[in-house]
Amino acid sequence: MDRFKRTPITEQDPKVRVTNFDEVCLGYSEEEAKQEAARCLNCKKPLCVTQCPVTINIPSFIQYVKEGEFEKAARIIAQSSALPAVCGRVCPQEIQCEGKCVLGVKGEAVAIGKLERFVADWTREHNIDLSETMEKNGKKVAVIGSGPAGLTCAGDLAKLGYEVTIFEALHEPGGVLVYGIPEFRLPKETVVKHEIENVKKLGVKIETNVIVGRTITVDQLFEEEGFDAVFIGSGAGLPKFMGIPGENSNGVQSANEFLTRNNLMKAFKEGYSTPIRVGKKVAVVGGGNVAMDAARTAARLGAEVHVVYRRSEAELPARMEEVHHAKEEGIIFDVLTNPIEILADENGWVKGMKCIRMMLGEPDASGRRKPIEIPDSEFIMDVDTVIMSLGTSPNPLISSTTKGLQTNKHRCIVAQEETGATSREGVYAGGDAVTGAATVILAMGAGKKAAKAIDEYLSNKINN
Amino acid sequence: MYKIVKKRLLAPQIYLMDVLAPRVARSANPGQFLIVKIDEKGERIPLTICDYDRERGTVTIVFQTLGSSTQQMAKLEEGDAFADFVGPLGQPSEMVHEDIEELKVKRILFVAGGVGTAPVYPQVKWLHEKGIAADVIIGTKTKETLIMEEEMKAVAGNLYIATDDGSYGYKGLVTNLLKDLVEEKDKRYDLVVAIGPMIMMKFVAALTKDLGIPTIVSLNPIMVDGTGMCGACRVTVGNEVKFACVDGPEFDGHLVNFDEAMRRQAMYKTEEGRKILKAEEGDTHHRKGCGCHENNEGGAR
Repeated sequence: MDRFKRTPITEQDPKVRVTNFDEVCLGYSEEEAKQEAARCLNCKKPLCVTQCPVTINIPSFIQYVKEGEFEKAARIIAQSSALPAVCGRVCPQEIQCEGKCVLGVKGEAVAIGKLERFVADWTREHNIDLSETMEKNGKKVAVIGSGPAGLTCAGDLAKLGYEVTIFEALHEPGGVLVYGIPEFRLPKETVVKHEIENVKKLGVKIETNVIVGRTITVDQLFEEEGFDAVFIGSGAGLPKFMGIPGENSNGVQSANEFLTRNNLMKAFKEGYSTPIRVGKKVAVVGGGNVAMDAARTAARLGAEVHVVYRRSEAELPARMEEVHHAKEEGIIFDVLTNPIEILADENGWVKGMKCIRMMLGEPDASGRRKPIEIPDSEFIMDVDTVIMSLGTSPNPLISSTTKGLQTNKHRCIVAQEETGATSREGVYAGGDAVTGAATVILAMGAGKKAAKAIDEYLSNKINN
Repeated sequence: MYKIVKKRLLAPQIYLMDVLAPRVARSANPGQFLIVKIDEKGERIPLTICDYDRERGTVTIVFQTLGSSTQQMAKLEEGDAFADFVGPLGQPSEMVHEDIEELKVKRILFVAGGVGTAPVYPQVKWLHEKGIAADVIIGTKTKETLIMEEEMKAVAGNLYIATDDGSYGYKGLVTNLLKDLVEEKDKRYDLVVAIGPMIMMKFVAALTKDLGIPTIVSLNPIMVDGTGMCGACRVTVGNEVKFACVDGPEFDGHLVNFDEAMRRQAMYKTEEGRKILKAEEGDTHHRKGCGCHENNEGGAR
């Protein structure tokens, strides 16, 4: 065995997978997992742990995997993470845990994410119950939003004995895990539903179809429903558009709309009522993970797909693995290209997109090289569908209906980094609602910290 | 699950349902809407709130069978339940926030078109409860399709009915009747609120612009989530892009780009037609690859 080489993992053939919505990566077998786990050097000062936003004891769970003690491995992970099957799949491990793995200096880092995923899948397949909680303490906490931040915060508080209710606006809990990330990266029925069931097993109640800010307000949660603290994990779901001419033409939609129709409403499945429209030639504007998800979804619905991005390939904010998968599936990357107008036919349907070529200038304050238009380089891309994937910002529904809740100029809720405490006493916030669109695992980290802070706040309140 | 406690056929193809949804009933205000989903496989259908009873915890919806989802809804009976029923959504009518004394001196006319009569009702009723009698025009195809006449009579000032075929009340379109009231009958209005098909609202707004009467319309674009996270419902109002589900659904009728809104509303038309055909005649119309259905599909409301 070459210690510096990763144990290969089975994936669906690109030609086959582009015709279905089944998961691309098939995961390790028990033998493969043990073999990969054996590569871990079990460092004395493990740098991988410092890079994990929920500080999973990585060397410890990996040693158990190596020994074939998968249930023990699961219990180690469960101490830190409520959603390992999700995180093992969607975390950008290359810039987190795996980014600091010592083996990565000379060779390939240990496949920590894939091992975490293996343990979580094994636990599910073997019906292992990890739901241990402390005695109920009689205190009620309301969690707004059932995405990664809310689920983590709720799970942690339930373990500590709190009576937790999650309020979710949509008809299905999971947030971006159900409406955003497609089936082929994160299976809904097996993985997401199961992890949510695990949170429910801890005693967490989930009330769907409740929009805080409309159906009920934060003030009412305190005054009328008797909650002692509130955690806001409502995410950043408000899509951005470019503001270019023709953007309201028929056939232009946000990535959120496209993905919601497909993932949450299951438009791709026979028998579901929600329609989805994908033309013959689709342009996805943007270069993040959401753009990759939208592009790969459109390809599976039968379209020729172009990713249109204003910087160069090196600056693509999406995970390398996703870009790689997208390319394997035939997605065409048109980089250093920026749309300036959507062209429509006489019936108002998209018939093309006027673009301009870009070049990269000096690095800006964030260190990224600024894209600059090349004069007189306009051209027309022949497309019939445009999906805008330019990022999202927090929905102001909660902040605008909650007295004394401070927000910043990006409409993000202002919260302390270490505790999630907001300007309102007893109200905590975390995840994309605070940071703007980020990652699943960062949201989970924020949910974890807030749970700890809420516990401290309410414990002190009882004693005083 | 949200139980249907009452179902009534108001007119051919127009149904009223009272649905048990205490949280929605408690927070609902005139002008807002909600979203229903029949079952696991159903789509999310936006409907304007037509009435609510905070004590009984019920919310009234009125819908017309237009596509396959509303046809499926019409088959539900008392005792059946919707899988999902979420709201209230959107902004309440502006009048809810206005000073009552100022409202009292305002001469308000509501123009309701077809099934749009139902969402006009809670607004007129709300005003009536505050001691304000607003005039109402109901426009409908024929006498048979007229709904909620008695209910409206009980809360409105003057109630005028217009039928396309003249089978009841005034013969002609609501716009003709409105013009007649203002120009011939010397009626004066400070505000017009129009709710109905997009095309009706467009022509009412065009007329009231000429007449110089401020006008509010309630838009009904295609929606998916209804909470501002997708932008399917975006409309252009005074050259600004707005999301009808969070910024509306009520807007200044003189600023709305109706042509764009109507074009976007028809985006999924053919898809919807195909679904109805399939439901009625089985899978005989699903020929993949002919390409003739590519460009047009059907929305929710």
